[in-house]
Amino acid sequence: MGVSARVFIARDAGALAVGADDVAVALARAASRRGVALDITRTGSRGLYWLEPLLEVVTPAGRVAYGPVAPEDVEALVDAGIFDGGQHPLRLGLTEEIPWLKRQIRLTFARCGVIDPLSLDDYRAHGGYRALERALSLGTEAIIEEVVQSGLRGRGGAGFPTGIKWRTVSQTSGPQKYIVCNADEGDSGTFADRMLIEGDPFVLIEGITIAGIAVGATKGYVYIRSEYPHAVATLAAALAAARREGLLGRGVAGSAHAFDLELRVGAGAYVCGEETSLLDSLEGKRGIVRAKPPLPAHKGLFGCPTVINNVLSLASVPSILGHGAAAYRELGHGRSRGTMPIQLAGNVKYGGLFETAFGITLGELVDRVGGGTASGRPVRAVQVGGPLGAYFPRALFDTPFDYEAFAARDGLIGHGGIVVFDDSVDMAKQARFAMEFCALESCGKCTPCRIGSTRGVETLERIINGDNAEPNIALIEDLCHTMKFGSLCALGGFTPYPVMSALTYFPEDFRARPRRLVAAE
Amino acid sequence: MMPVYETWSAERTAEIIAQYVDQPGALLPILHGVQAAFGCIPEPAVPILADALNLSRAEVHGVVTFYHDFRREPPGRHVLKLCRAEACQAAGCDALAERAQAKLGVGLGDTTADERVTLRPTYCLGLCAVAPSAMFDDRVIGRLDAKRLDALLEETWA
Ligand SMILES: Cc1cc2nc3c(=O)[nH]c(=O)nc-3n(C[C@H](O)[C@H](O)[C@H](O)COP(=O)(O)O)c2cc1C
Ligand code: SF4
Repeated sequence: MGVSARVFIARDAGALAVGADDVAVALARAASRRGVALDITRTGSRGLYWLEPLLEVVTPAGRVAYGPVAPEDVEALVDAGIFDGGQHPLRLGLTEEIPWLKRQIRLTFARCGVIDPLSLDDYRAHGGYRALERALSLGTEAIIEEVVQSGLRGRGGAGFPTGIKWRTVSQTSGPQKYIVCNADEGDSGTFADRMLIEGDPFVLIEGITIAGIAVGATKGYVYIRSEYPHAVATLAAALAAARREGLLGRGVAGSAHAFDLELRVGAGAYVCGEETSLLDSLEGKRGIVRAKPPLPAHKGLFGCPTVINNVLSLASVPSILGHGAAAYRELGHGRSRGTMPIQLAGNVKYGGLFETAFGITLGELVDRVGGGTASGRPVRAVQVGGPLGAYFPRALFDTPFDYEAFAARDGLIGHGGIVVFDDSVDMAKQARFAMEFCALESCGKCTPCRIGSTRGVETLERIINGDNAEPNIALIEDLCHTMKFGSLCALGGFTPYPVMSALTYFPEDFRARPRRLVAAE
Repeated sequence: MMPVYETWSAERTAEIIAQYVDQPGALLPILHGVQAAFGCIPEPAVPILADALNLSRAEVHGVVTFYHDFRREPPGRHVLKLCRAEACQAAGCDALAERAQAKLGVGLGDTTADERVTLRPTYCLGLCAVAPSAMFDDRVIGRLDAKRLDALLEETWA
């Protein structure tokens, strides 16, 4: 055993939630008892969550991983000589060789889990801020052209081409322009924004800065949800570090461009992820959805031209500018270019973040990558794209992960979350939840959304209780139609997706339910 | 860590306002500050905020009630948030929520009579790959099961 050792343990919320801190403490104690000078670097997560807490030890051959480590395992691990990469049943080999990680194409998440998230030196040593340097030499027009050429589309859900949005803002004049980063990440089953902010915040800051320079904005905001206190803390610390080093502020990285970035915390409203509602929230108002036009690109925050992009869209820009638009565009499928950080969640054996080129099929993702359910029971349904996304049965597992392919099957990829359910799921209850969630989170502007969702809950309740299934199902279909076409935004407009897909693909859960006299829930 | 709240005072409220008032769109940061200090948005804070920001009381009230985070009453000594969204549903959160409610004798969103703990539903903590998830005071918890839940409920006596 050596007298000094270096290890990496994540401090990502997902790792902390399964005891990463306790493991770090136990490891420090075990090392000190043996006189080993231990250097523990806390990182973001690699995204292999079923292996968290994951411990990585630096060896001459590379980083060797052990996991999932419980504090009780630590003594035995140290006795097995892990500081030299020793054998142990929890040993996973070289981290980079773990097949689940090796199969991925990590562009946006290249550094996540690898570096100390708050070390600018680490960030730079791994290619950070080279894209900004290139952007400064390219000039604003050429930056936008590269982003257009890359084919990057918004990762927040709507899939609008990012470069086109930037161009609109750059061509719109205003006394002030803004970049707003949407870090509201409200969709259940998604955590990529959180992981990225906690694991590699500087790539987001760099991406936002490039956007600011490209469109002529001098001020930016990151609107992050209050449910993410760890991400808030990491980003606040990263912003302070970037300001200290002149990477934000008056002359960004020694250039003539001024750009500063501020963090704002949401207050627990799902609808504030919708871009115009988010802008109202940033302005200190209730998060009511605005009618479009005007587009935020023309009249956004405080009435000024505003780029609003998801975390992943902005964080993909440094990699695009760093490697060139062509390399990014080469990856993908149809009109979905580049890579997508896909998130596998719920009742899944191998849950985590899997970044890969568009085009991989849903079945490949769920069965091969995800390994099926954690419960070991058959997969019955998956919900793709958050609470507004459709439930797909196995019969649709040949759908390629691609915006258009999902849309063609009345689904959406949204922010890339896949929630896996086993055969114990009651799809009528899932449909009822979709309506409940819409009722809970509706901003209240449109009647079909505000009132329709409540009617939907009541009607599904009757169906669940076996009360007049057929006429009530017809009522739900009608209601969904009204919501779909009578809602201003996708909260009311897309809630019919999970409801109708549940009804279409799993009709047996709605019909022929035993009649219950009391709604005992 | 268990948060300790201050008793309400107009002076303290004015201090918090002064800290944020120069920012554009200051109301949300101020409300977060007020709630961090007092555990809720006390009713007498509303006119003071309205005055400072040149808004009507109704406008401030509208904002406070719009957002799920802002509360009119301080929570219990501990807060247990259980994620109730789809990824956690798939992993069995319904049974855990029922267990917590039965053990505490309160519904989701309520505080026990002894003010020991407030039980809240939450819709996604971003811990969907280690579902079911929860937050106990400022600690995040993944792979929650009945045993772990019982241990957390035991901790509320501390
Ligand atoms: C109800 C609702 C919630 C949304 N939530 C989010 C969110 O949490 N994060 C996000 O980036 N986009 C969200 N969107 C999409 C945004 O409105 C918008 O399309 C996106 O921020 C644009 O950025 P992008 O082009 O980079 O995707 C939501 C939309 C709706 C209708
Ligand atoms: S659909 Fe619902 S959330 Fe969207 S604007 Fe209308 S009422 Fe608001």
